[in-house]
Order: sequence, then C-alpha cells, then structure tokens
Amino acid sequence: MNPAFSVIFLTTLIGVGQGLLLALFTQQSYALFDLLPQQEARFYGWGALLALLFTVAGLIASFFHLGRPERAWRSAAQWRTSWLSREVIALPAFMGVLFLYGMTHLTGFDPVLLTLPSGLGIHATVMLGGIATVMAFALFVSTGMVYACMRFLQEWHSPLTVINFILLGGASGFTLAAFYAALVAPAQAGFFAGWALIITLLGLLGRGASLWRNARLKPKSTLQTAIGIKHPRIVQTAQGAMGGSFNTREFFHGKSESFLARVKVVFLLLAFAFPALLVVLDLSSPSTALLGCAFISQFVGLLAERWYFFAEARHPQNLYYRGVS
Amino acid sequence: MTQLALVIDLNVCVGCHACVTSCKEWNTSGSAGPLCDENPYGANPTGTFFNRVQTFEIGQYPNTGTVHFPKSCLHCEDPPCVPVCPTGASYKRKQDGIVLVDYDKCIGCKYCSWACPYGAREFDEKQKVMKKCTLCVDRIYDNSLAEIDRKPSCVKACPASARLFGDIHDPESAVSQAIRENAGYVLMPEWGTNPANHYLPRRKTNMKIHEDELERSDNPLKVDGLLPKPGKNEPTLDDFS
Repeated sequence: MNPAFSVIFLTTLIGVGQGLLLALFTQQSYALFDLLPQQEARFYGWGALLALLFTVAGLIASFFHLGRPERAWRSAAQWRTSWLSREVIALPAFMGVLFLYGMTHLTGFDPVLLTLPSGLGIHATVMLGGIATVMAFALFVSTGMVYACMRFLQEWHSPLTVINFILLGGASGFTLAAFYAALVAPAQAGFFAGWALIITLLGLLGRGASLWRNARLKPKSTLQTAIGIKHPRIVQTAQGAMGGSFNTREFFHGKSESFLARVKVVFLLLAFAFPALLVVLDLSSPSTALLGCAFISQFVGLLAERWYFFAEARHPQNLYYRGVS
Repeated sequence: MTQLALVIDLNVCVGCHACVTSCKEWNTSGSAGPLCDENPYGANPTGTFFNRVQTFEIGQYPNTGTVHFPKSCLHCEDPPCVPVCPTGASYKRKQDGIVLVDYDKCIGCKYCSWACPYGAREFDEKQKVMKKCTLCVDRIYDNSLAEIDRKPSCVKACPASARLFGDIHDPESAVSQAIRENAGYVLMPEWGTNPANHYLPRRKTNMKIHEDELERSDNPLKVDGLLPKPGKNEPTLDDFS
C-alpha cells in the first residue's frame, strides 16, 4: 500500500492519547487500593486533557484523509458491518468520556457513586476512568480491525495487528505519562517508566512477531489466478493507461526494497531500542530530559513503524500492474 | 434472484479498446457527472475509467500468445467492498446484483478500494468520490432506448462480440450457456468473493481428420467395381455434377 500520512498520524496520535489515559487510570487504580499515593486531582485532570489533545490532533489528521470531509458525519452509519464505522463511533465516544474524566478531576465534582461491600467508595472519576479504559480498548480493537479484517491483505490479516496497535499505543502513552509525571509529579515517574519499559518490550515482541510472520508469507494470489491463465511465464505489456492511474498510485509505495529495509531498522531503533535504553537510564538516575527524549524518539519511531506497516502490505491488485513494455 | 454480469471471451478479444472508450464516453456524459481526467493532452494523461484493457504475453519466444484482458468491476456476489463502507454509499442491489456507489453519500475515504482485491474501483481526483463500473445501470433499464440498445455501453461497442451481458442466475441465458459450455472462470477464486463477471479462456479449435475421411466411401465410380478402381487423384462423380 501507499502509506497515507493522514492515517499514519491518526493512528499514532490517538494511540498516544489512549495509552496516556490507560497510564493515568492505572496509577489511579493503584492509588485506590493504596498501592501508590493518590495524586492531586490536577495531575489526572491535566493529564486527561493532554491525552484529549492528542486524540483531537488525531481526529483532525483523519479529516485530511477524506475526499469529502464535509460528509464525515455519514461514516457512523454502517457500524453493523464496517470496522471503520465502529472506529468513527468509538473515537468521539472515547474523547467524550476522556473529557468528562478530566473535568470531574479538575472541577472537583466527584461524588461517591457506589460503595463496594468492603466499604471502598467508588467515585465518579473512578467510574469514568473505568469507562474510558473500556472505550480506549474498544477504540484500539476497532482501529486494529480496520486493517486486520481485510483477508487478502495477508500482512494485516492477523490478530497480531490488533495486539500491536494496543501495545504500541500503550507503550507511547506510558512513556508520555512518565515524562508528564517527571514534570509535575516526579515521585510517580518511576512507576510509569517501569510500565513504559515493559510495554515497549512487549511491543517489540509483538511487532517482531508480525515482521517474522510477514517475511514468511506466501501470497495466495498470483498473476495466474489474477487473470486465470495457467502458464508459468506471463509478462505484462500494457496496463490500460499510460500516465498511471489510481491503481498505480494508491496501492504501491514506490520505494525500493532497500529503502523499506532501512525504514524497518530506523523504526526498530527509534520506537523500541532507544526509548527502552533511555527509560532504563532514567530508572537508574531519574531525569526529565531522558524521558522527554524517550517519548519523542518513540513517537517518531512509531510514525516510521506505521509508514512501514502500510508499505509492507502487498495488495493483490498490484498483480495487474506489474509492468509495461 | 437476478445477477446481471458480463462474460468476456478472451478467445475473441482483439484488444481494440473500443469498450474502454465507449464506456468512458457513456459514463462521462451521464447525470452522475464526468469521469474526470488530468492532463488529458499532456505528457502523462491520467483519469478515471470504469473499464481498462490490459495486455499480457504468455509463454516464451517463439511459443508466445498475446492475451488482451479487459478489466472492470466484477460485481461480486459476495462483494468485500460493500460491508466495509462506513457510510453505506457502497451497496449491492438486491433486484439485479449490481454493485453501485452512491456518489452523494461517499466521503472519499478509499477504504472500499483497499477492500477490493481486483483494484476495480477508482477514486475520482476531482469529484473526490469513489467510482466504479455501474453495468450502465442508467442504460439497461431505459425504456426510451430500443430493446437491442439496453445493454452496457462496452457490450454494444465490442466489434468482435467478445462481451456478453445477461443474468448468470438464469441457466437458460446466453451468458450462463457460454460459461457452461466454454469453461467460463472467475478471477482470484481463492478469496471467495464469487465474482459475477466470468471470463472465457483462450481455446484452440482442433479437428482430427482420419485418413479414410479424405476419401469418399460411397463414390459410385468406385462402388460397383466394374470399372478399374480410379486413383485418388482421379476425378469423381462429384467433379462432374
């Protein structure tokens, strides 16, 4: 496929937003059970708004993908069959709950909604955080399934696609949370950094597994099945267009194999190796700058990762556009 | 249930592109608006087409064959492009199985084109919506046309009659018979899309002539045996009557 930058930014930016919410609510859940000190409401509130900022940026990026953005509201219609439609619903729903989660923290309107048998009171922020967590996962699954559901794009048609969207979004969110905590609540930075390291390494495992799988894929379609002529040697001499067509522009990245190999190395270094190293350094000697660099490196690395994710998918329609004489 | 479709005979197609130009002419002139072109007279002309003819060379010189391969939407019976559409702009008509795009609902997200393994859909770069073959739905039901003209534009244009049009669910239709009797096949059957359009393969007509068939067995000059048996090159009664 030819990577579209609008979609690259959409999926990476909302991934950061989702991961940041998951990080904040993880800390709040720990605090609920007195495993970590409860932070001031401002910490969660501004953190949630920071996550919201990323999702808004992702939403804006997504509009650049549309030929007719003024009709975008129509895309919520086919949620029964279309994962894209489900994503379109899940994103604003997540953003709405995220906003409420942040505002309940910032305004201090946080009544106890119910009391557990153990006597533990569940506040509105905990309830909203729980709902936002569920929505974050629903959005991860929708985003991943947009790609994983297409059976003839064999590189994407795997549970690893969804798992990697969750892990990579989670990793970047926790890394940002560590940086955010280092700025405003330094005592908590280690907690987030530890999780960021774990999820980054899990992400490397998941992405490595999909790279390993994709390198061994055997394409189901061949030129023989594409035109239905059973001969081992078929050479295309005309494509039906001389100046290219939508088919030659949309489905191939136009870069060389060696360029792809370089992008792969770049994203493995920037998205996984450098952030993991910087976070390990931060864990031994805490430093805000290290965590800031870790997040920037990981985000840039994930942009490259997402570019590669699109570029590595070989669309069977390219069989019809192999050459001209 | 009706399933309208094209049957394209690769044994007959000569690659003249008349179906391409005729399709473009009809579909750029309709009420749905033009099929936009960019640089039509420039160095790299490109534009929106519903139908293209590609050419493939099969085999190794000197044993080669050239196959011209017309390619358009196959109107799959289980179209993967339809359920993925977030707006419902892509749909398959129940009454005749034609897969269509509602240009007024399309948001131009291109997701349906990703979901088509055949690359049958083309994004119109000026109107910013996805377009594809309509089987000339604005023509085949037009009662103001003579009945013989109520066919897709490409079918009408083909000088070699390589394109047949009809209901492949009706076993007595010309298309069903053509598929049945000439080993009609579908493209990329491995994806289970069940395309409605079929292709008829290249085929050679061979006739085996046995030695005794070269000689007329009931030649009266030879039958009665009274006259000396004439040679094979001698005239027979047929040569005089």
